[in-house]
Amino acid sequence: MKVRIDPELCQGQGRCFSIAPSIFDFDDLGNGVVIGDGTLDDDTMKLAQLAQSNCPEHAIFIEE
Amino acid sequence: MTIKPPVEDFATDWDHTDPQWVHDPYPIWEDLRERCPVAHTNRYGGGWFPTTHEMVSAVANDNVHFTSRVVVITNNKFPAGAPPAPIGSAPPITSDPPFHQIARRIMLPALAPGPVNALEPQVRDLCLQHLDELAGKETFDAGAEYAQFISPGVISRMLGFPPEDENLFREYVHFVLDLVDLPPEERAAAGEPMVEYFNRQIQDHIDHPRDDFTSYLLNVEVAGKKLAPEHVRGTMALTLIAGIDTTWSAIGAAIWHLATHPGDLSRLVNEPDLMPLAVEEFLRYYAPVTMARTVKDDFEFFGSTLKKDDWVLLGFPAANRDPAAFDDADKFIIDRAVNRHAAFGLGIHRCAGSNLARMELRVAVEEFIKRFPRFELVENDDVTWAQGQVRGPRHIPLRVTA
Ligand code: HEM
Ligand code: SF4
Repeated sequence: MKVRIDPELCQGQGRCFSIAPSIFDFDDLGNGVVIGDGTLDDDTMKLAQLAQSNCPEHAIFIEE
Repeated sequence: MTIKPPVEDFATDWDHTDPQWVHDPYPIWEDLRERCPVAHTNRYGGGWFPTTHEMVSAVANDNVHFTSRVVVITNNKFPAGAPPAPIGSAPPITSDPPFHQIARRIMLPALAPGPVNALEPQVRDLCLQHLDELAGKETFDAGAEYAQFISPGVISRMLGFPPEDENLFREYVHFVLDLVDLPPEERAAAGEPMVEYFNRQIQDHIDHPRDDFTSYLLNVEVAGKKLAPEHVRGTMALTLIAGIDTTWSAIGAAIWHLATHPGDLSRLVNEPDLMPLAVEEFLRYYAPVTMARTVKDDFEFFGSTLKKDDWVLLGFPAANRDPAAFDDADKFIIDRAVNRHAAFGLGIHRCAGSNLARMELRVAVEEFIKRFPRFELVENDDVTWAQGQVRGPRHIPLRVTA
């Protein structure tokens, strides 16, 4: 499974990189970006799901 | 100030400056959510108030039917001579696409996590300095003597204004956000000193450029051209207005909550790691900012017919209390793990200053409870909440109990 951020939906609310700094970072404008290719293992999956459930813009997707 | 008739029924005659709404709006919103769900008023030239998270999100994400040209409700919707859409008087908050994105992108780098985190030590010093002034006092006003000092100090440094002007800022903010009932001519006249102040600061920064946000705005180029002077002045005013009252309200509400909920106070003192979650819950539960839109053309919205130029009051605080969007929405849960709150707005106008606001709120509360691990409210009746679209406690009389 992989996590990605839809840049069209992300408004830089910053919840993802505060909750899961090992998975998400921010760019110069403060928008969220995924570190690396976003592949999740069992541990990072939980964290990614927590970030997803806190993104006000519903911009985080976890998919095959 | 004009005397207005009291509100009989908020479903058909709402007024966000009505004393009942100012004092405790939450029961009103809960009632409206069940009964309406889009409340109407003929006040202010006519307007609507959607009460659910779904509807607030729908308005915030719809830049086709709604315009941001004016975002603060007054009796004078489109003052003569005011800049038209898509730019508006305070870009980017008063701008519509496509210009909005240009104006927003100019601001974002200065307010991104990197530069904001670098400010944290300064903010901490500022908090400590004001806490030192409270040393030895058994009772004090945490609103007037603490909360209200933090954000003006931060913003005036950011814009490169002299620190001794901070009292002026509070007057300007009061004018824009609180004095919404003034007749148009009086409101225009009351705004003059603010415009003059910005013009003086702009001239001073042109004569003596320095490393601050004002100089940055004066020099930044978009497509090879510098910004128009009105754009620079509008964005400066927006930074001042959006950055001061909002954060001061959030800090005040958090301290008020802790003063009235000793269990939450002792948990936060004993478990400082909870702070990031607590900050989000303070923001959800006491969301200070409500914005407005106007309707571009007649259209149907959740069963109501909105008319061209009607106001829409965009209640992010009401969305944050909607039981359809949050479990136990009416309960303050200090370690709420799933919290998709809309305190900073939703969609393209989402608060550009949220990194700064969160940092200020966290640091101000952290330092306050380190210095005063136990305190209580002297008298709840003396707590006054600001009227208008930014809500927070102005006076918080506290007694230190340890
Ligand atoms: C707790 C404190 C704050 C809260 C709750 C808050 C809330 C909001 C909200 C709800 C909006 C959306 C307005 C709309 O949809 O029309 C907004 C926009 C904005 N805020 Fe904040 N704000 C806070 C602090 C700050 C600070 C500290 C700054 C700047 C230094 C700031 C700068 C802005 C700007 C520039 C916009 C306009 C963004 C745009 O239109 O693209 N805010 N804020
Ligand atoms: S939490 Fe959502 S909106 Fe915020 S930065 Fe992350 S992806 Fe973007």
